[in-house]
Amino acid sequence: MSDAKNTPKKKMSRRKFLLATGGVIGGGLVVGFAALTPQHKATQKLIGDKTPLLSSWIKITEDNKVHVIVPHVEMGQGSHTSLPMMAADEMDADWNLVTMEQAPAHAAFANEPLGEGFILGNADIPDVFAPIINKAFFQIAKGMELQITGGSTAVRFTGQYGMRVAGAAAREMLIKAASESWDIPAKELVAENSFVLHKASGKRASFGELAPTASTYTPNPTPKLKSPDTFTIIGTSKKRFDIPAKVNGTAVYGIDAEVEGMLYGAIRHVPVFDCAITNVDSDTASSMPGVKKVVRLDNAVVVVADKYWRAKKALDQIKISHSDSASCSLSSDDLYRQFADALENGDPELDIDTGDATAVIDASEDVLTADYRVPFLAHATMEPMNCTVRIQDGKVDIWTGTQTPITAKSIAAKIANVDIDKVTYHPCMLGGGFGRRIHQASDYVAPAVKVAMEVGAPVKLIYSREEDMQQDAYRPALLSRFKAVVSDSGNIDAWHNLYTDKNEPVEAPIIPYAADNNYTGVVRSTSHVPFGPWRSVDHSQHAFFIESFIDELANKSGTDPYEFRLKKLQEKPRHRAVLERVAEMAGWHTPTPLGRSRGIALHESFGSIVAEVAEISVNNGNVKVHKVSCAVDCGFPVNPDSARAQIESGIIYGLSAALFGEITIEGGRVIQENFPDYDVVRLAEAPNIQVEFINSGKELGGLGEPATPPIAPAVMNAIFTATGKRIRSLPLSNHTLV
Amino acid sequence: MQYTLKVNGEHHSVDVDNDTPLLWVLRDELGFKGVKFGCGVAACGACTVHLDGVASRTCVLPVEDAVGLEITTIEGVADGETLSDIQTAWIDHQVPQCGYCQSGMIMAVTALLEEIPNPSDEDIDASITNICRCGSYHRIRKAIHAVAKAREEANV
Repeated sequence: MSDAKNTPKKKMSRRKFLLATGGVIGGGLVVGFAALTPQHKATQKLIGDKTPLLSSWIKITEDNKVHVIVPHVEMGQGSHTSLPMMAADEMDADWNLVTMEQAPAHAAFANEPLGEGFILGNADIPDVFAPIINKAFFQIAKGMELQITGGSTAVRFTGQYGMRVAGAAAREMLIKAASESWDIPAKELVAENSFVLHKASGKRASFGELAPTASTYTPNPTPKLKSPDTFTIIGTSKKRFDIPAKVNGTAVYGIDAEVEGMLYGAIRHVPVFDCAITNVDSDTASSMPGVKKVVRLDNAVVVVADKYWRAKKALDQIKISHSDSASCSLSSDDLYRQFADALENGDPELDIDTGDATAVIDASEDVLTADYRVPFLAHATMEPMNCTVRIQDGKVDIWTGTQTPITAKSIAAKIANVDIDKVTYHPCMLGGGFGRRIHQASDYVAPAVKVAMEVGAPVKLIYSREEDMQQDAYRPALLSRFKAVVSDSGNIDAWHNLYTDKNEPVEAPIIPYAADNNYTGVVRSTSHVPFGPWRSVDHSQHAFFIESFIDELANKSGTDPYEFRLKKLQEKPRHRAVLERVAEMAGWHTPTPLGRSRGIALHESFGSIVAEVAEISVNNGNVKVHKVSCAVDCGFPVNPDSARAQIESGIIYGLSAALFGEITIEGGRVIQENFPDYDVVRLAEAPNIQVEFINSGKELGGLGEPATPPIAPAVMNAIFTATGKRIRSLPLSNHTLV
Repeated sequence: MQYTLKVNGEHHSVDVDNDTPLLWVLRDELGFKGVKFGCGVAACGACTVHLDGVASRTCVLPVEDAVGLEITTIEGVADGETLSDIQTAWIDHQVPQCGYCQSGMIMAVTALLEEIPNPSDEDIDASITNICRCGSYHRIRKAIHAVAKAREEANV
């Protein structure tokens, strides 16, 4: 992590890095933090938005309240609470006087002069980012400029490099205000619980009292950050701000938007992704009660009615014909054959090529080989996709849950042919994100805007669950082909892995284990099924592949799978520590309870290292996952209980996929329709989950995604221990274990 | 068609097609937006309300079948500003994540604890079949047991 010693000593010019003050949000001290980058200019050009965006804001009002304004959306991950914690700790604020406000994606909120220094003056990267530039720069750019919530980035980047810096700068300004007012040197003053104190004289003043004077100073762009041992808020469990509204029905999600005069739209797309509508038979539907209009889009038809149920009933009466394409006859089996063919005949792009794995494999008479595969997956957020649009007097208002509000705005602006500053996005809670609501084309926003234009009235477009499931952007199906040579002593002499598609992050297929020769690469073989980032993206596939095959190597060499992994992590002390901790938690070295078996898996993603042990039983071929032990090194958890919730969540999400998750393609389209045929874990299948964090003090890692990848291999490895059957394709429900 | 519905103790008049699911009537005609649309096939439980105290999934229930019944939604669970013990436990255990399923979840759990004051894990598994995609199940189970225990101790 970046503490005082990492903070550059060099004084930075205002052109390079800006913190600014002002009363733009009404009274008191306001500190905004702007991180604007070369990508920002490019992005702005792309989306036609001149609005400089701020990563974070802190506002102190005269009633001594600290308002932290968060640029990320809340989809259950808790960053509406953990980000204010980071700012408040650096300020030495009283947590009970801290509140959170969601930053709207709106020009009125962004401070134009504040951003100009970066946008117009200079393309340099702020020095404060230097220590993390290569690894994190792109994430910062994405997360801050477009207000994207995803990639497990909020706390790691906005929090660490936005909130903490802004909080520390505000604290310096408040102390300076007290120093000048009392004529006492700043070094004799301390901030505590939202007051500045001079302990020797007993003088004290609240942040609220000092704010008006403090707001006249220029913030220090490189304030001294606290060292972790002086944190008073970070690292303690704070209750989430968003939860009270979620227990009494008052939390407002996109689907709850209410606009005067609003009509309702029900949508049906052409089922095959790359086909267009050629004919719509809507005679019956058009004359049904309450129906206002049947709108034909390129690849979908929308019925607009005075009530949603009427729109949906009328939609059921519509027949659509669509164009033909090569994909109209494709099935999942065809795609798996295509993938296998690519692995045989395609040209690999290499992730890693150390030594000469191929030569070792060719020379060996004892090569272990295995093909692993996973299916397409839908996100199945609890709140189906929806978007409400009002177009009035040349202005566009949109209400929807999205992980990319600025993209949603730019799409709406393009379709409605207005400047982006005429588009207002109204933030809503997200009824689940998991990557679904980060779609680059904002696929559920576009049709809503088109329909609102067509009918000339506000429209709330709601996807049925069936549409939501069949018109998702999917976790790709993937095939991975392994070859390996392992010596009698358990050394990996050669590791050879070719797989069939690659999105992000690039390091997902890289093993942490020592191997003398390593050849890992991709032969790209894609399909017409649209790609979407699905909780942990490529890690969700590769952790299952790698951690299962590693288990095969351990078994082959007659070594305990935990010991086998540990021996190959000599150069990876953090991985070792996580593995050792989870083994201890799970009682790996003690006998399993009668009828139970354990499996272990380890995977690093988004800067966090996670190991899981699943304890399962198999009865009459039915698998029950009783317990999951999980050790996590994410640097340190900012809000430990909330962090634990993210880990629990990631495990359940991954377990649903491992046990049941499969989207099947037939005739070019998705077969599954709804939860009855896309089953997920419920209470009866939910294991007891134990989570422990290792406070390594290293760079902060993400928490939203990293617990998902290891659960599938941990469970499948346990099943191998229990039954001797190696599960090489998911989901488990396709296999018979009797 | 005109219907009179009794929701959270108050009578409301609505004019909707007779086959309209109660879900959409509660949400769009009467403004009880805490009742959520999840699947439309009674598979996920996001739309759960109480009908005469029985947890019921409203996305497939025609409005006419709810006439004459006491309908309770998530908005009617608290006593004014005072949350129910289950709602409070949901905050204490920090159960919700995205929160979208939790209205239905709380309604299902409220009915369960009326029927079985001290449910076993098996009772919970059998009764609470609502879906939570954020995977808050571990905390839901703990919160249910905590409420049951607190009620038992309060009655002793």
